[in-house]
Amino acid sequence: MTAPLLHVRGVETYYGNIRALNGVDVEVHRGEIVSLIGANGAGKSTLMMTICGSPQARTGSVHFEGQDITRLPTHEIARLRIAQSPEGRRIFPRMTVLENLQMGASLDELKHFKEDVEKVFTLFPRLKERQAQRGGTLSGGEQQMLSIGRALMARPKLLLLDEPSLGLAPLIVKGIFDAIKKLNKQEGLTVFLVEQNAFGALKLSDRAYVLVNGRVTMSGTGKDLLANPEVRAAYLEGGRH
Amino acid sequence: MANVASTTASAGSELTARALREAVFAGLISLGLFILFVGLETTQNIRNELVLNQRWGLLATFVVIAMVGRFLMVAYVQPRLAQRKAAKAAAPDVVKEEGFFSRNFSAIAIVALILYPPVVLALTGVQGSLKWVDNFGIQILIYVMLAWGLNIVVGLAGLLDLGYVAFYAVGAYSYALLSSYFGLSFWVLLPVAGLLAACWGVVLGFPVLRLRGDYLAIVTLAFGEIIRLVLINWTEVTKGTFGVSGIAKATLFGIKFDATKTGFAALFGLPMSSAYYKIFLFYLILGLALLTAFVTIRLRRMPIGRAWEALREDEIACRSLGINTVTTKLTAFATGAMFGGFAGSFFAVRQGFVSPESFVFLESAVILAIVVLGGMGSLTGIAIAAAVMIGGTEILRELAFLKLVFGPNFTPELYRMLIFGLAMVVVMVWKPRGFVGSREPTAFLHKRKAVSGSFTKEGHG
Repeated sequence: MTAPLLHVRGVETYYGNIRALNGVDVEVHRGEIVSLIGANGAGKSTLMMTICGSPQARTGSVHFEGQDITRLPTHEIARLRIAQSPEGRRIFPRMTVLENLQMGASLDELKHFKEDVEKVFTLFPRLKERQAQRGGTLSGGEQQMLSIGRALMARPKLLLLDEPSLGLAPLIVKGIFDAIKKLNKQEGLTVFLVEQNAFGALKLSDRAYVLVNGRVTMSGTGKDLLANPEVRAAYLEGGRH
Repeated sequence: MANVASTTASAGSELTARALREAVFAGLISLGLFILFVGLETTQNIRNELVLNQRWGLLATFVVIAMVGRFLMVAYVQPRLAQRKAAKAAAPDVVKEEGFFSRNFSAIAIVALILYPPVVLALTGVQGSLKWVDNFGIQILIYVMLAWGLNIVVGLAGLLDLGYVAFYAVGAYSYALLSSYFGLSFWVLLPVAGLLAACWGVVLGFPVLRLRGDYLAIVTLAFGEIIRLVLINWTEVTKGTFGVSGIAKATLFGIKFDATKTGFAALFGLPMSSAYYKIFLFYLILGLALLTAFVTIRLRRMPIGRAWEALREDEIACRSLGINTVTTKLTAFATGAMFGGFAGSFFAVRQGFVSPESFVFLESAVILAIVVLGGMGSLTGIAIAAAVMIGGTEILRELAFLKLVFGPNFTPELYRMLIFGLAMVVVMVWKPRGFVGSREPTAFLHKRKAVSGSFTKEGHG
């Protein structure tokens, strides 16, 4: 087996004195979709942010393409082509859709801008209709598309998605998951996905990790975890007693 | 039919009654507000005793104006506005075609400004033009330039800076001190002053990198005060509160503006007058202001300008897109400060005298108020706001006829800040985003459809 694209080893992250991650190990290989599921406050987003270097891990290491990125500042990690669609989408509300996409392409000084914009517009035709509109006036689903589109503009080797389904209608969530699948199949894009929507995420992923109280308790293929009775009880059927 | 007429009549009388009632309330409120400020005045007499003057007549005038104003507002203006609003809502949506004037506003404005001094000269004569070119022209343009400079920091990068006047002071003192100690000319020192101010911008930028919003505002406010206090207390170099006087004038390609044989007036066969120097200064500050605008417009289209705007919107997202927020912030501070420095050295050369009193917090507040009133980020809006606010306070000096209304001791200049504040409240209620609240996009895939605004019209992304 080749070395993983992203390798998180024994990472512990603290907020002040509170330990949010308690020795997490995660591997993401090229061309995979890997998801991380878990309850509120399990540390999913913290792991995502630790990979991006904000906050940095206190112990343990994060390697990307064999390079230690644990102590790099966030913007330099992004320059290694790790693109992120952060939690809460964080688009630029007063800038237009097109300007938001420009910001995503700023690593390459807009060299491939037109070509990449067309790609994003084919993936999310809604964004094309709204290209001159201000980001803040988009609907939640469109903002999520914009956030993913903006991340794709950087031509990432690894795409980090933090809760892309947050606050969206099921039909729109399905559309976004389909788009992720398509990117993975057609472009071979590697995706690391954090989700609360365990069912959708597990169906989509090649492999998955379950995070409980800052610790990985289970891992396996998406299919296995979907079938696992413990996972079913905790994350899939928990809502309907 | 008669029924309808009677209801409108009764509605009319009801409206008048309500207007009268509200006018009485307004009168009572203004009586309460002004009784201590206007009705009573304390002065010192010759023996240094405190004397209480009663100014009931002036107070009555204030109250009457408030009452009449409120009555007219309720009885006539508000119904008219409501009518117009209803008519607008009823009318179908028509896309308004922009007129020639609004499309070419900035070009027209620049041409008008270039023609302004000769026109004033022709209309009012050589001596009469002094006031118009200096007080209205140069004074307003200095503030336009300062506000445009601050706009880079506040409007584009979203970093609230309450100490901008510090860079103005650095620029002014750079020129004043370097020219009086080393005898260097204005044209050499102008870039030096800008550079020094930019350095101070970086010096301020470093400690505040992690701060935003209110916290940033407080630190920048303190920074402005520190610079002023240093200027006051470093007496060996800055001469403290006495200030630096006798600052050398600027020259036009080596031609001096003085009464000698080689001076400007003698060279061109004109009678000697300080007006020519003022006109020269007018074009100088116009050029500097246009440079500021040009640089701002260019930068907005460049990666650094886009990064500033993105930084204003969301710092975390910026970092996750690979933007170095440290250098982005520092360049914003440095660029804004540099234009403050240019304006400062111009101020020194215009006044011929600088003292720390010119660089108090109030100046920062006025500049920031202009940026906010104009609409953060909009060059046109800011220029209009500067003209209204600074021109307005200058006009107050000209309103001698108000003495007829308020009595012979009335000095309108004293009400400058009151009117300034009132104008701010009115504008913020009427247009919460400033005169020009809309932001011009800088990115276009194909041809632009609508051409609006003025300062971004030449670009196709």
